[in-house]
This record gives sequence, structure tokens and C-alpha cells, in this order.
Amino acid sequence: MTHFIDRRLNPKGKSLGNRQRFLRRARTQIREAVQKSLKDTSVADIDKDRKIRISTKGTKEPRFRLDPRAGGEHDFVLPGNKQFTPGDEIKKPPSGEGGGRGKEAADFAEGDDEFEFTMTQDEVLDIFFEDLELPNLVRTTLKDTPNKVWKRAGITTSGSPTQINLIRTMRNAQGRRMALHRPKLKDIEALQAELDGLEREPVADREKIAALKEQIAKLHSKRKWVGFIDPVDVRFNSYTEQPVPTSQAVMFCLMDVSGSMGEREKDLAKRFYMLLHLFLKRRYKRVDIVFIRHTHDAQEVDEQEFFYSRQSGGTIVSTALDKMLEIQKERYATTDWNIYAAQASDGYTQSGDARRCVEMLNNDIMPLCQYYAYIEILDEREMEVFASEESGAELWRAYRTVADGWSNFATKRISKPADIFPVFRELFKKTEAA
Amino acid sequence: MSNLLFSEAEWDFATLDRTFKAIEEIAVKDLKLDIYPNQIEVISSEQMLDAYSSLAMPLMYNHWSFGKLFAREEAMYRAGYSALAYEIVINSSPCISYLLEENTMTMQALVMAHAAFGHNHFFKNNYLFRQWTNAEGILDYLAFAKRYVAACEEKYGREDVEAVLDSAHALMDQGVFRYRRPPRPSRERTLEKLRARVQYEEESYNELWRTLPVGIEPPAAPPTVDPEDHYSGDMKLPEENILYFLEKHSPSLKAWQRETLRIVRNLAQYFYPQKQTKVMNEGCASFVHHAIMNILYDRGMINEGSLLEFMHSHTSVVFQPEFDDKRYYGINPYALGFGMMTDIKRIAMEPTAEDREWFPAFAGNGDWVGTLKDAWANYRDESFIEQFLSPKLMRDFRFFSLFDKADESAYRVSAIHDETGYRRIRQLLARQYDVSLNEPNIQVKSADLKGNRRLILEHKMHRGIPLDGKTREVVLAHVERLWGHDVGLSETDAG
Repeated sequence: MTHFIDRRLNPKGKSLGNRQRFLRRARTQIREAVQKSLKDTSVADIDKDRKIRISTKGTKEPRFRLDPRAGGEHDFVLPGNKQFTPGDEIKKPPSGEGGGRGKEAADFAEGDDEFEFTMTQDEVLDIFFEDLELPNLVRTTLKDTPNKVWKRAGITTSGSPTQINLIRTMRNAQGRRMALHRPKLKDIEALQAELDGLEREPVADREKIAALKEQIAKLHSKRKWVGFIDPVDVRFNSYTEQPVPTSQAVMFCLMDVSGSMGEREKDLAKRFYMLLHLFLKRRYKRVDIVFIRHTHDAQEVDEQEFFYSRQSGGTIVSTALDKMLEIQKERYATTDWNIYAAQASDGYTQSGDARRCVEMLNNDIMPLCQYYAYIEILDEREMEVFASEESGAELWRAYRTVADGWSNFATKRISKPADIFPVFRELFKKTEAA
Repeated sequence: MSNLLFSEAEWDFATLDRTFKAIEEIAVKDLKLDIYPNQIEVISSEQMLDAYSSLAMPLMYNHWSFGKLFAREEAMYRAGYSALAYEIVINSSPCISYLLEENTMTMQALVMAHAAFGHNHFFKNNYLFRQWTNAEGILDYLAFAKRYVAACEEKYGREDVEAVLDSAHALMDQGVFRYRRPPRPSRERTLEKLRARVQYEEESYNELWRTLPVGIEPPAAPPTVDPEDHYSGDMKLPEENILYFLEKHSPSLKAWQRETLRIVRNLAQYFYPQKQTKVMNEGCASFVHHAIMNILYDRGMINEGSLLEFMHSHTSVVFQPEFDDKRYYGINPYALGFGMMTDIKRIAMEPTAEDREWFPAFAGNGDWVGTLKDAWANYRDESFIEQFLSPKLMRDFRFFSLFDKADESAYRVSAIHDETGYRRIRQLLARQYDVSLNEPNIQVKSADLKGNRRLILEHKMHRGIPLDGKTREVVLAHVERLWGHDVGLSETDAG
């Protein structure tokens, strides 16, 4: 009579649909809260679930309620009398707490104006990256496009057995059997029974027996040539491969790891790239990322090495640009690829190199690029010194001239972890023109 | 050979089964409980949170408010502010109880006694549940509701469905019949409906469906709109069930919106008895688990360790902080219910002179089981307190009552637990549990369907207490959304 059921292995997250509905409902409040909460966190912490505090505006669930404070009279009963006798007066508490709370608490009133809950990393990132995009992304040629999808292309008469369409096949078979009057086994059995009956009778009606036998044989042979299922009935689902127009993009990440970049600066740069990496991975499945680091000499490295290995040396920024051009020529033709670059540096380079960089940018790189972001990493004292956009280290001043000539060239400065998020958002803000 | 059912804190299904059978024997033979068949499910803490957030039902349609509830409960639980309930029980047949996997074996025994027998008996026997809820049908109905809402979301868009549900939820408290059942359609109307449906089916008859192999059903006909549901001349005003009124008479709702209102209204009605019997329901369950666990111990089926663990958990459940205690959040229904039921047993078995004077009907009758079963079956919180609260219990709780008038700066103590105050306190406490007095009494007063289509609601104030101004306007906006035209609300003093 009693059933014990172990439900522990049942799928979890039954209320996921409700959660998504709730997040969508409180979108505005959540977005504000996420921005605020991300502002003071380091990138290393970004892949953690976080507590979000939102106002309940927009997610209130109002009901008609009585308000005994506004008028009228009522009595209420409380437990735990110690010294009161009838007629005693007790001053009402100024507001909220005390006295009549018993009744109100029972009413299960709408909670505070604020409401705290935990969001997963995915949910936070989705909201953080929500209105960001790679600027100026255009669809490049379809030639060689590796993205294809299988699309249904109706029903065919030939195909592989795994693609058989059972419903169509059986429907055709049934129609054919009806049209050709395939004898039913039931009918044959009935005739057979009749025949058996006749044969058992003492005086056999030979003529009838012969006729029946012939009829049964005929039905049997008809059953043979009107099969239950016939090759002509069989149908297959058909699929064709269709190319999908995609936008291919490559992001060149150029980072200065020379001796002049202290641990702090490298850390800031890495955090910026981590965020960029996360953003591209989440939003653009088909984005290639090329990591280039440089000292007085540039190398292409993999993700692991880019973020985690240490290296030191002098600084020649233009080597990184050379490397980038070399890789681009080799692998990323502009006809097929959208080209992006993000460069992080402390702004110092060998004297004279800045001019070479500017030349390269103006003549070779900027004509290829959809967007080029330059992030300069300063320490906080420098940030104060270089408060104005005009003043700055050599590279900064040089790059300012590039920015004047190219609208798709952006320069930003970062001096502390808290700057990363706003700067990142500014660089990749969705623009109306795009 | 020892009688012990278990001695370890760990549980397994064999032990659960053995213990369940022992408890069942006590429940049926000693306490003579009458129960629905039991179905007991073991769930994890995450699933418990899931269950919380769908109004403790095993399935529910989707709505953002349940997601909000989940997020809130989860945050509270993770932060350690609130412990999870040990169990959840559903008024259905079979009666489904959820056990939390983290419970110790003693707790599982306690929880089975509490939910699978205490609550179960109450659900099956209390007159409110018998009259108003359909234990056999609720799960099927919820499955239908979930499918229906999902289909509407698909067809009419999530936002539109959400808007209707939002508005319907806001009126859930005004979506119940408190005194009468919904009017049943007359035989003539039923026949008329049937004819309309057949006619619809004839009109939408499709030759194609005839050739389908047997077993494949053509798509079901959409629910037919009853022509009389619109613009009915006789709206039978005043109407206390606003959701019902809007469902039947709103000039602007589409068929699916009416059906959605109906789902919310049916849910509200299903939960209404639980609202009115918090004290009795929890009292009954606590009394039953207390009795069963003690009998288990008396018969040597659980050891002292288990008994102590049980007592520890039991006393914290039925603990009543005093009004000036920081932990005070109203009268604890477990404490009051358990206290009153234990008291009834005492009065039936060992009455004092005072009890004989107050409860001549059953004091000293020796049949505490019968007396309690009668109380469980035929009362709700308000009438139960009015009938059974004894002076001794009022002294134990040290009850006193305060009179509160909005424009005075002080409360006045109107009665305390003494000879002159008993009756007054009992009456006031009973009223405190009368749901219809504590929720605003709002009715549809008039609806002008031929003219400007203005809908007038009326709040009949009880002792002059008005509606909360902030929520009033917001909820009225929801009514307007469902009605589609102007809505007004007047507040009158009913005295």
C-alpha cells in the first residue's frame, strides 16, 4: 500500500524556467546591480557565483491589504503577559516594530524593498556582456566557409536506413494494401476453418472443398505479391547541407611583457585580456584569437603561455606589429576575415620606435583592421599626472595622432582593477551605426 | 531479541519501510486514524527548495514569481538564516510526503508520523477539505494547468500570459468562495453547452482525420466559449469572488484568458482550507507524531537516544516565545494547536472542576481519541478555538489582549487570563483566526455593461479599518487590466 520513491536522482533545476522568467522580469534592476557589483571585483573573481542585491521594484506582488494604522480599531491577543491588568495603557512604538507585529507577521506581508539572491557566473556574464559587441563586424565572403548546417529537405525514395521515415512509409504501405485489397490473415483463417469443417463432415462436398482450396491458395499467393510492406512504400527523410553566412573574425592580442611593465601592470593587462577572451568565447563561437607578446622581440604564443608565463627584456613595440602583420598575411586574408586588435602596453618603447609604430599603423595595419583598441596601463600616480588626454608617455602621444586619423582606433587608460570593467564596456559598446 | 526498529542515525529503505509499518500499526490501531494511501518520496535539499518555490506542489505552471520565491529561499538557506522544512506534505490521494535525505532515522520516523499520518488524517477528514478540495483530482488538474499555461505561452506569447497571471495572482485572496459553492449550471444549460460543442465539432469536421489509422486522435476541439458567459443579464451581484466574476463577465477577456483566471481561482480555492486550519492542521500532526513516538518508545521500538533527539526537535517546534521576546513572530500554530489538543486529552481523561464547568460535553468522558477525531473533522481554527480553548491553557500561554485604535497613541489592555477575561480572550483569539475578518471584504457591487462599462467594487470595512493605500492602487490597476474598462472602489463602514 505504501510506496517509497527515491526521487534524489531525478533531474534537478525543475524551477529553472521560473528562474529565467524571474531574471527577465527583474532585468533592469539586475543589470544595475550586476554593473555595480562587478565594478569592485577583480577579473580573477569573475568566474564565481555572486550575491546580487536588487530592489523589488518590478517584481512586487501586490495584494489588497488592511492597514490598521490608517484608521479603525481592532483587538489582538498576545502571549506572555507578565504585569498587565485590564485597563493598563501601553504606549505604541513609533513605527514598525513591536506591539501589533504579531498580526502583521502572520499576514505574510510583502518583504523589504530590497532583495538579495545569488546569481551564477553564467548569468552574471550574460548580463555583463549583454549589449557589447565587436564593432564594424561585416559578413565576409562565403568562400570556404566552414559553417554548414544540415537542413531538412523533404522526403526522398532513397536514403540510408537510419533516416527511414516510419510514418510516411507505413502510411504508404497501408494505402497500397488497401488499394490492392491485400487479403487479411483473418479472412484466410476463416476460410481455412470452414474448409476444416467441411473436410470433417462424413459426406464431403468435393466441389465446395476444391473451390475453397483454390480460393485459399489464391489468397495466399496474392498476399505474397501484395506484401505488407514493399520497397516502393519506403520513404526517407532527406537532409541537405547548407552553407551559413558567417562573419569570421580574428582578434590579435598584443601585450607588452618587457621589464618596464611591473608585475602590477602585467597583471592588469592580463586581466583585461582575460575579460576579452571570455567575451569572445561567449559571444562569438567562430572567433580566432591570436596571442602575441613582445619584449624587444615578438612571439606568437598559446593561451596558457600568454596568461601564465613570465618573460622579461627590453621594449620594441613595433616588433609585435610586425609579427601581427606577418601572421595576418599568412593566415587571415582580409577578404575572408574581420580583423581586430587589442594592444596593451605601459606606453614606453625604445626611442624612435613610436614613430615607426605610427607609420606601420597608418600605412599597413589600420587599412586592414575593423577596430584597433590600445590600452595603456599606468600606475595611479601617473594617472594623476596624465589627467588630460593630451599629455602622456611617448607611445600615447604618438597613438593620439593615429586616433585622429582613424575613427576605428580607440585609446584608453587603465590604472587600477576597477577601471577594467568600465573601459572594457566603453570599448565594446554596441553602437547604433554598426 | 530486541524490538528496536533502528539504533543508528543512518537510514536506508529497509529501515524506513520497517519503521513505517510500525508507525502505521499504531496510527490505525491505537489512534484509529483514517488516512489516504501514502506515497513517500525521499528528496534532496535542492529538490526541497524546488518544491518550496512551487507553492509546495509537485508540479505547477511557470511564472516568474515562483522563480523569485526560489531565489529568496535559496539565498536564505545558503546564508544559514533558515533551515529547510523536514517535510512537505500534499493534500492529494495518494497523499504524497517528501522526506529530506539529510534527516536522521529518528527524524524520518518523526516526519512520517507527522506528515503521512497526522496531516494525512486531517486532510481526509476535516470538513473544509472534504467540501472544497478534490484530493483525487488535484495532481491531474495541476498537470492540465501546467500544460495549458505552457500552450498559451507558445500561442499568445509569454508577456501576455504573464500579464494575465500577474493580475490574477494579485486577486488570489479575492478569488475564493467563502460561503457558497459556485453556482452549478442547470441541466438545460449543460445540454445547451453540449449542443454547442457538437455543433462546433460538426463545423470543424475535417475529412482528413477520417482516414487516420485507429488510435490517432484528431486534435482536440478548443474549449467552446459559452455564449451566456458574455454579457449575462443576471450577474447575481454582489459577488465576493472577484476572479470568478471577471472570468464570467469581463467584457474584454479572450477564452484562454478566462481559462487562466479559472486555473488561478481553482488554486486559490484549493489552498483556502489550509489557510483556515493552520493551527488545527499543525496541531493535529504534532499531536499525532508526539503520541506515536512515545508509544514507539514505550514498546521498546526506539531507544533513549532517539527519544531525546525527538524531544529536542519537538520542543523547538512547539516553542512559543513571549510577545516581548526578540524571537516573537506571532502565535506559533504548532504550539497553540499541540497545546490545545494535549489539553483536550487531559480534559477527557483527568478533568478538574473548572474543566467540568467549561466543557460539560466531554470532560471526563474517557474517550480522548473520539473527542479529538470529532474536533479534527468538524471545526476550523476559529470555531475550534471558540469551542475548545480552556482557561488552563490561557493561563499557560499567559494570553492578554490589547485594544488598538488607530488615532490613539496607546494600546489599552482589554482583557487578561483571569476569571473576568477568559471568555473575552477566547472570543478575540478565535476572531484573530477568522480569515474572512482578517482579509479585506471586497465585493463587486455593480457593473454597467450597457453604458460606460464601469465596474464598482466595494470594500465593507470591518471596525473601520481601511485598505492599505499603496497596494490598493496597484491591485486596482490589475483589476482594470482584466476588466478592460474603468474600475472604482468605494470603502464603506459595515459597522
